[in-house]
Amino acid sequence: MNVPISTEQLTAKDFASDQEVRWCPGCGDYAILKAVQRTLPDLGVPKEKFVFVSGIGCAARFPYYMSTYGFHTIHGRAPAFATGIKLANPELDVWVISGDGDALSIGGNHLLHLLRRNVDVQFLLFNNEIYGLTKGQYSPTSRVGTRSPSTPGGSVDMPVAPARFALGAGARFVARGVDTDQKRLPDLFKRAHAHKGTSFVEILQNCIVYNDGVFGAITDREVATNAQIHLRHGEPLIFGEKADRGLRFNTRTFALEMVTLGEDGITEADLQVHDETNATLAGLLAVMEAPFPVAMGVIYCNPAATYDGAVQESLKPGPAADPLSINKLLRRGHTWQV
Amino acid sequence: MNETVLAPVKPRANEPHRHAVESVVVRFAGDSGDGIQLTGGRFADTTALAGNDLATFPDFPAEIRAPTGTTFGVSAFQINFGSRGIKTAGDQPDVLVALNPAALYVNLGFLPKGGLVIIDIGTFNARNLKKAGYDGDPREDGTLKPYRVIEVDVSKQTLEAVKPLGLSQKEALRCKNFWVLGFVYWLFDRDRGPTLDWAARKFAGRPDIAEANAAALNAGHAYAETAELGEDIAYSIAPAKMDPGLYRTVTGAESLAWGLVAGSSLAGLRLFFGSYPITPASSILHILAGLKDYGVGTFQAEDEIAAVCAAIGASYAGELGVTSSSGPGVALKTEAIGLAISTELPLVIVNSQRAGPSTGMPTKTEQSDLYQSVFGRNADSPLVVIASRSPSDCFETAIEAARLAVKYMTPVILLTDGYIANAAEPWAVPDMADYAPFPVEFRTDPEGFQPFHRNETTLARNWAVPGTPGLEHRIGGIEKASESGHISYDPANHQRMTDLRAAKIAGIANDIPEQTVDAGPQSGKLAVVGWGSTYGPISRAVSNMRNRGVEVSHIHLRHIWPLPRNLGTLLAGFDNVLVPEMNHGQLVTLLRSEYLLPARPLNKVTGQPFRIAELESAISALV
Repeated sequence: MNVPISTEQLTAKDFASDQEVRWCPGCGDYAILKAVQRTLPDLGVPKEKFVFVSGIGCAARFPYYMSTYGFHTIHGRAPAFATGIKLANPELDVWVISGDGDALSIGGNHLLHLLRRNVDVQFLLFNNEIYGLTKGQYSPTSRVGTRSPSTPGGSVDMPVAPARFALGAGARFVARGVDTDQKRLPDLFKRAHAHKGTSFVEILQNCIVYNDGVFGAITDREVATNAQIHLRHGEPLIFGEKADRGLRFNTRTFALEMVTLGEDGITEADLQVHDETNATLAGLLAVMEAPFPVAMGVIYCNPAATYDGAVQESLKPGPAADPLSINKLLRRGHTWQV
Repeated sequence: MNETVLAPVKPRANEPHRHAVESVVVRFAGDSGDGIQLTGGRFADTTALAGNDLATFPDFPAEIRAPTGTTFGVSAFQINFGSRGIKTAGDQPDVLVALNPAALYVNLGFLPKGGLVIIDIGTFNARNLKKAGYDGDPREDGTLKPYRVIEVDVSKQTLEAVKPLGLSQKEALRCKNFWVLGFVYWLFDRDRGPTLDWAARKFAGRPDIAEANAAALNAGHAYAETAELGEDIAYSIAPAKMDPGLYRTVTGAESLAWGLVAGSSLAGLRLFFGSYPITPASSILHILAGLKDYGVGTFQAEDEIAAVCAAIGASYAGELGVTSSSGPGVALKTEAIGLAISTELPLVIVNSQRAGPSTGMPTKTEQSDLYQSVFGRNADSPLVVIASRSPSDCFETAIEAARLAVKYMTPVILLTDGYIANAAEPWAVPDMADYAPFPVEFRTDPEGFQPFHRNETTLARNWAVPGTPGLEHRIGGIEKASESGHISYDPANHQRMTDLRAAKIAGIANDIPEQTVDAGPQSGKLAVVGWGSTYGPISRAVSNMRNRGVEVSHIHLRHIWPLPRNLGTLLAGFDNVLVPEMNHGQLVTLLRSEYLLPARPLNKVTGQPFRIAELESAISALV
């Protein structure tokens, strides 16, 4: 019965498990689930090779809804489990599903080390800037002033910017998307999958119950074209309803500035061209927020050696050691006969 | 190889009358920068090669280099060796080597009256004496009067010996420990050859250092040989009667690491070892990191939690996941261990216990994590606990831990301690052909596959690893329906799953040996029940008492949870049960609660092993 099933014949439906999805109606997680299920059949990977690993939180229920291998672990530690899985079997296609609390609060340390080691997994961060499963407390990505059951007067601590954190930790692939953007999300996941190393994807995800509309100023249909800039490697940074606005690098301030094409003699040639391999540019794009457009797409992609690859090279390949070979080990060094 | 190193031992011109003894205890003590542990290790190796049985006790501070000359920077290494079976590192040293006043100050109390003390007077200046806490000079104020004393200016002698090699003063003084070693080798008629070979290998990249150490060793030896040291100073110890076979010395950390490699290979699995550095467990990581040739994967994680989580991930993916730590680290791993219990994945957790609570005394030994191991998790979360009794026993217990983990799909806690990890003893090297393999069979057939379907006998669930076509399934820490593994909040199902998890572990009692009596009758007046590294002292104390005609038995547990199936009946056959432990009374509580037995505690938490005399007097009080 061990006939490998080629994913080419499979569809999104084949990646849905028989379990009833139990997120709140209207949750952004549904859209992300759909986008992932739409992505997998196109990756050319046998279905049994996929492993979805998660920690704790609303997003962490994700593996139960996939018909692949799935491991729902403990809060914040999914990166460590994923590392063990990938080191044990580098042929597995490992996806880590996490939320802002799971990844950046309790699990911040593990995410840091996953990224710096560059373990070859996809890391999807569902960022809704709130704790959902524990009923609405503010999270490490909540903006200052967020009112929640644990911060009735508004939060006072500074939030962390996930993409900047990832770059700071040494991530070699950083991207951003929006939960409902079904047109672009599957392509973003494909890019993440194609990258060897940890692919960090932040997804702006709407929590309809506890933080509804928190990204409205970025994602609402009527503002999106002005509030988002979609990055394309090798192309100038242009955005706006009429595609007439752009970003220019100011060499004096070391910052990006918004300009309008045709005004003050500005042409496309003046605009910064997106270079995915440029870490400095990635740093500027990662933190852009209103009044600047928020960067979407691949912010940074600059592959380097992976941890799991390096470990495999140093390990003698093949099956477990033959028990009799252990005799040699036990007789290393000084021995004597009685 | 260097010619100096291979120079033959000179014919003995001045062979003394040697005092023949059955066993001797030597304690080396000095500053933590003096290389005391290395000296002890070399002495142990040479002694083993001379055919003596031996046991060692490294006793060192947590500070890597505490301020020179202070009492808290004193490092010591005690070795007991002899022509009879040696069970412990010895209650009291016969010979104390003190390389500075602080070492003398800290260790002199261990030496019985009339004991031999060798001191490096080169370090006995006003400053060092004051740092050690001496008001006057112990050589002059009568402090040393009850002892036999050899005063040598080791520092000066060492500098002389290595002078031709042109080392810096600092490098030259670092050869002091080899000078002392040479001196002590002469006292006990030991062969210098193995140490000279070792130094040549160890310092292959620095031939000048190798040569300097060799010169210091030979000079120390020559000094002892030619100095008029007095009568009855030199000893001779005949080789011990040991069963024929191939021997080596082994520390607990070595045999445990090798046992894990052996256990995983008997299971047909690769070993994955996830660990975070912690004293005294780190040496296991160091040893395994050098065994890539055996397919051993080691992962130095970012913290204790990541170490255990990665090990569980590796087990999930089809390797034998192992993590190792000491008590505080195991505390951090607790939640993840609960996940391994819930998802029923194999996992071995090695705990090299140390004195606690909290940071406690990292370099000092204790057996106080028995409660943590058996009970220390949220909810009803049973697992297997076994304990090593000696350095060489770690090999057997590591294999047993691997066997139970994979056969029963369960975490297994393997308890050792700082004493076992660092202590060395001779070991009849086993032949792997004598070990029955226990190969794992992963589930591959999709027909009727259910992830939480169980083997009727063992109650172990299917082990289906990612990558197997047709077996895609989800597991996690949420309660699972008893067969399908789907999320289940059904009340009856949770009762069933809790019962099953408990029954699975309890049933392992049928797959472990019945408890035997180590020494003495099967029933009678008094059973001394121990576990872990108290084996040596209890064994010696019980045998001493039995030689004096006292009726007493020794029972030593390897399986702490589940307990051996006959243990209750066995203990019921004794009028008294005494449970010596290096904790405040943990096994004794377990035995009382399991068997409603009036077991008596004997507790010691000084960071030092039990002394035989302490156990003998406790036994005497009960018979």
